[in-house]
Amino acid sequence: MQIASDVRSGATTAEAEMASSLEAIRARNDELNVFLFVDEGGAINAARRVDERVARGENAGQLAGVPIALKDNLCQVGVPTTAGSRILEGWLPPYNATVIERVLAAGAVPMGKVNMDEFAMGSSTESSAYGPTRNPLDPSRVPGGSSGGSASAVAADMTPMSLGSDTGGSIRQPAAFCGLVGVKPTYGLVSRYGLIAFASSLDQIGPFAKNATDAALLLEVIAGHDPMDSTSLPEPAPSLVSHVNDGVAGQRIGVVRELYEGADDEVVAEVERAAAALRDAGATIVEISVPEFRLGLSAYYLIAPAEASSNLARYDGVRYGLRVDAEDVAAMNEATRTAGFGAEVKRRIMLGTYALSAGYYDAYYGQALKVRTQMIDAFRRAYQEADLLLGATAPSVAFTLGAKSSDPLAMYLSDVFTIPTNLAGDAALSVPFGTGDTGLPVGVQLVGPGRSEAQLFAAARVLELADGRS
Amino acid sequence: MAPLRREDVAKVAKLARLKLSEAELDQFTEQLGQVLEHANDIAALNLEGVVATAHPFGLINVVREDELRPSLSRDAVLAMAPDAEDGRFGVPRIMGEAP
Amino acid sequence: MTLPDRWEMVVGLEVHTELKTTTKMFCGCANEFGAEPNTNICPVCLGLPGSLPVLNVRAVDLAMAIGFALHSTIASSTFHRKNYFYPDMPKDFQISQYDLPINSGGYLDLPDGSRVTVERAHLEEDTGKSTHLGGSGRIHGAERSLVDYNRSGVPLVEIVSGPDIRSSAQARAYASELRGILIATGASDGRMEEGSMRIDANVSVRRPGDPLGTRCEIKNLNSLRSLHRAIDYEALRQIELIDAGGTVRQETRHWDESLGATSTMRTKEEAEDYRYFREPDLVDLVPDPAWQERVRAGLGAMPAQRRATLRARLSDATSSQLDALEVVVDLGFDDLVLAAIDAGIDPTLAMARAANELASGIDHVGNLTTEAFTTTLAMEQSGELSATQAKTVLLELLEHGGDPRKIAKDKGFEQLSSGSLGATVEALIKQHPEEWTRFAEGDEKLAQFFIGQVMKSTKGQANGKAVIAELQSRR
Ligand SMILES: [Mg+2]
Ligand SMILES: [Zn+2]
Repeated sequence: MQIASDVRSGATTAEAEMASSLEAIRARNDELNVFLFVDEGGAINAARRVDERVARGENAGQLAGVPIALKDNLCQVGVPTTAGSRILEGWLPPYNATVIERVLAAGAVPMGKVNMDEFAMGSSTESSAYGPTRNPLDPSRVPGGSSGGSASAVAADMTPMSLGSDTGGSIRQPAAFCGLVGVKPTYGLVSRYGLIAFASSLDQIGPFAKNATDAALLLEVIAGHDPMDSTSLPEPAPSLVSHVNDGVAGQRIGVVRELYEGADDEVVAEVERAAAALRDAGATIVEISVPEFRLGLSAYYLIAPAEASSNLARYDGVRYGLRVDAEDVAAMNEATRTAGFGAEVKRRIMLGTYALSAGYYDAYYGQALKVRTQMIDAFRRAYQEADLLLGATAPSVAFTLGAKSSDPLAMYLSDVFTIPTNLAGDAALSVPFGTGDTGLPVGVQLVGPGRSEAQLFAAARVLELADGRS
Repeated sequence: MAPLRREDVAKVAKLARLKLSEAELDQFTEQLGQVLEHANDIAALNLEGVVATAHPFGLINVVREDELRPSLSRDAVLAMAPDAEDGRFGVPRIMGEAP
Repeated sequence: MTLPDRWEMVVGLEVHTELKTTTKMFCGCANEFGAEPNTNICPVCLGLPGSLPVLNVRAVDLAMAIGFALHSTIASSTFHRKNYFYPDMPKDFQISQYDLPINSGGYLDLPDGSRVTVERAHLEEDTGKSTHLGGSGRIHGAERSLVDYNRSGVPLVEIVSGPDIRSSAQARAYASELRGILIATGASDGRMEEGSMRIDANVSVRRPGDPLGTRCEIKNLNSLRSLHRAIDYEALRQIELIDAGGTVRQETRHWDESLGATSTMRTKEEAEDYRYFREPDLVDLVPDPAWQERVRAGLGAMPAQRRATLRARLSDATSSQLDALEVVVDLGFDDLVLAAIDAGIDPTLAMARAANELASGIDHVGNLTTEAFTTTLAMEQSGELSATQAKTVLLELLEHGGDPRKIAKDKGFEQLSSGSLGATVEALIKQHPEEWTRFAEGDEKLAQFFIGQVMKSTKGQANGKAVIAELQSRR
């Protein structure tokens, strides 16, 4: 990361980088609605601490002085954290998410909190209680979601990198829509401590950056075991940056029919072109079909809402956040939740409550968990034929604002290619590759088994080079 | 599965402590009905004998030692509360005992 | 109490016991009774957005210890979420075990020889506590409530018995024996008055041989006395209802200690749909044989065995000694008593001092060494100390610890041990010639009269046996 090495060498200062980030935010935030809160004071303090470390001759960290945007579902001490919801408006967390501790320790400068679909439920950032975020590449279009703010911050050059979360594609799809590299790490690679939960067994925090190398660097910083998260993998962070240029020679890459079928032609064309580029770089391309992937959407839209219905029960007006008064506590809970949650969140809470309720559990939630087993088995079989899988990230390029917001099922279908990986817990990333008919970026998706991030970054780098990116 | 009925949605909303207007009830019944209809592709599968997976990886026995860690300051915690009194969180009357 | 003819009650108990850990079940906050409200709370036990639970290994150890003591099968287990809204539950779900509990099956043998089966003993977390303002201070009629989350996330084990109990006395014996086991395993302090052991009772009635009747669950019985009374009340209520041509409705009922009655809390139709599902933030618990063995090896003897051991040393136990035996084992003084007996102390004396003086100073028993206990009793037995003096020394030892000989000396207890007692007796004989004549002529009852007089004039510092010896020598 150029900024970090320049800050460490004294060629620039963290404070100067912070100031230019602030300027970029001010220039376009009114238009794009990316930052919900710009933490000017915190950013200045963080930047000065980095500059002091440099001045003292200390190692200022891998991300020394790098401005970073944080999705608004990451708890940061004293910084308003809303998860895009009215119900948490004004809430100041009394603790830091583990990832925030880690980026701070690495010298990064958090610039503030960026917009997202309410509680990460959405694929366009239109369900935020604080208004939609617009795509910096074409403000009439959505940036994708739910981490639309995290993607837009980087695409609009407000910060060189950002953190988002991915439950069913919420990092990869906005990365695709905004022309960025976005990574959904292996489940458990990054601590979820301090990530406001949507669906606990699917959520992962991951990086956005303009290229594979920077994304690998940020992932290295945030990955590794955390004793505060019982589902955290036991090993330390893997080495990723050092493998970015490993290439794909000798790798078998499976183009999975179910991961691009049904996508727009302009998207399918880029997937085919990406396969050719990987073949040119020495990979063996195999055509694969994994029919189980078609069941992913249904399983996901039962499992995620079920977990969410329970995770979001705590927003009851008793301890923090919004309260709407009523004469007894149950009525107060109901009034608070009714006023505090938006329509999409209510839909998913009700869907999940229904899927778990007596008489329906076996047919819906129970059945979805079995499909999840089949999904994991299907991936295992696919990895016998190929080391990595290739497909589209999303069925289309960025769509226009409002195009799908009145049709939940149509919106859900935009996650069809990303969901299987979350169900299996595997690693995946989206890398920009080519542009469609309208000149908007297309993202292709690379998927690998758990802990395959290094190979995924190497393959992404091959595609970047083939696509003429530095 | 039988199609989702309006009264099912009303019952679920009550369980989830959400209040729906008549119009919302109609709209949610239709929208959730569509999603559940889509989910019938898996509800209809015969998955007899397939083990359920609740968790992607099989970690076991993740525990911590029984050692004290600092708690939060009460003032900081009660500062977040919509209503606090006498070192405690205030709530309107509770109508029934815990189940 | 006996039920009307041809009726029997069928009772099963669910006992919730708080585990005696240093920290809570899923976070590092102190597990401490009586702290200032909301001082032992953190993001995890307050259910703040983004917080995650991590299981306390000590809670697992103690749960397994309970399982071993109850002859349960210890197996791989999982955690579930039990979903319902309640203001004292910060996440609005309780983390509990559901279809795969850590302990399943087992039994508890009661002192009367009966056996009550145990269905399961599983781990779960406790909730916070509400105080009700306005009205009578009880939940009904209160205007508002205040919530303290110090107890939220304290580890619990819920022990569910089979429907094997047939009387309130047996229910009480079961709860009492279970309490002894919980204390013996180190899992709990058994303090019902502090809520560290709480009982729900499932009660139904039937004519012997008939299938089980419809049961009602009585919640939150917080003393053995309440348990006993509530079960009797409920069984009679059901019998009267059936005798009057009614039918018992399955429901949850509340016991009102002051009214001495149960009342409907929630009918079956109003029961919550808990939507149990696997807790995705926790992983499976699979205690391997080595872990299990480590816990099992650390377990001491259970109360039944300890009672038998001590009983064997009381050659001809009187009924008061047998009562004392219960107390001594219950409070864990049996090792002290056995050591004293080994050192030559009369078992009756050792039992009496343990069941009375030590029991009264239970909170300070840590200050008392085995040696100090034995020495004090030896001094009493030899006549160096009177009973009253020995009791005083014991209480002092409980309060501050120390050397019993030094305490006795500092209190001036040794002065009566030799000549001065003789002089006192001599003087009293002169003051009460009539009584002395009757004693001298063989009326042994008068010995008590003289002992009383000596005690009075020495302010209780004399030893009764020594007084009798002085009297006999002058007879
Ligand atoms: Mg329970
Ligand atoms: Zn805590």
